Amino acid sequence: MTTKETFEGLAAKFPQFDLGYLEGKDPAVLVKGENLVDLAQHLREEQDYDYCASITGVDYEDRFEVVYHLYSTTRKGGPVILKVHATRDNPEVPSVVSIWPGADWQEREVWDLMGIRFLGHPDLRRILMWEGFQGYPLRKDFPGMKDEYTFSQTSGDRENE
Amino acid sequence: MTQQEMVPAELQRNVLIAPVDYIYNLGRAGSVWPTMFGLACCAFEMIVTLTSRYDLARFGMEFMRASPRQTELMIVSGTVTKKMAPQVVRLYDQMPEPKYVLAMGACAISGGPFKAGYNVVPGIDKYLPVDVYVPGCPPRPEGLLDGIFKLHQKMRQETIRTSPWYRKGVEREMPVPEYGPEGLVLPRGEKS
Repeated sequence: MTTKETFEGLAAKFPQFDLGYLEGKDPAVLVKGENLVDLAQHLREEQDYDYCASITGVDYEDRFEVVYHLYSTTRKGGPVILKVHATRDNPEVPSVVSIWPGADWQEREVWDLMGIRFLGHPDLRRILMWEGFQGYPLRKDFPGMKDEYTFSQTSGDRENE
Repeated sequence: MTQQEMVPAELQRNVLIAPVDYIYNLGRAGSVWPTMFGLACCAFEMIVTLTSRYDLARFGMEFMRASPRQTELMIVSGTVTKKMAPQVVRLYDQMPEPKYVLAMGACAISGGPFKAGYNVVPGIDKYLPVDVYVPGCPPRPEGLLDGIFKLHQKMRQETIRTSPWYRKGVEREMPVPEYGPEGLVLPRGEKS
């Protein structure tokens, strides 16, 4: 089943969710944050998407996006890609740990590096950086470290010109 | 007195008289035991160096000791992240003197390709006194062996009389960096 067919089935079943379909090399289903948990519950229980392989954060400078890759180990199906938008000022997305327990550390990683808060997460702490670290390193506006390299030209450089 | 006079005739062919430093350093350099830890991909080249193909045991290093208290060489093999750096320095502090540090690979030397990143220490020599640098990304096992030979050379050149390890006032422990809001900070405002 392609993502397009999955999307059409979901859109017919949940017209009130106002789902979006994102074209591209890896087509995705755009979900509103408040509907995410209900949709995830349906995908897990009714369509056997029992494996949430990855949760990723993307910084588009004007907004954040959280991407979920879902697979089914029983039907060998997937991936179904869900995308949720979050605002730049107050990025919040509901947690899906209650549906896929494996999402726990992945959501913690997105919180640690992107600063997207997952509402309802049982233990939302930093996972890679230490407690007390300020800022979210993978955000586009995170101040870069000054690079102290100095380069000198070698004979090989001139040959390549 | 010459060796001829000091040693009875029947033992002449069985006794070698040499400076204490020579015997002592021969023994030390012949059994350098490294600490058993690896930090990143360089660790795999280090493990390969221990296998029968490259056979580090030929040079008296067949043991990677799991306790830092039984080792005298720390091979910093790989990227040192800021989260890991305090533990690395603490391991160094637990090693008995005399102790040596070998920085293996571009990351341990300078931070390598991750130097400008938010979580990588730009060279372990910010926190530890490094004796030998082995460049490469990662260095081949031959490169690591060559670095160890360089360390052997260094050990053989030391003398008990002038070696800093047996003097008073030698800095036996390096300050352990602590986690700060923007990166690692040294305690009590110490400068590295």
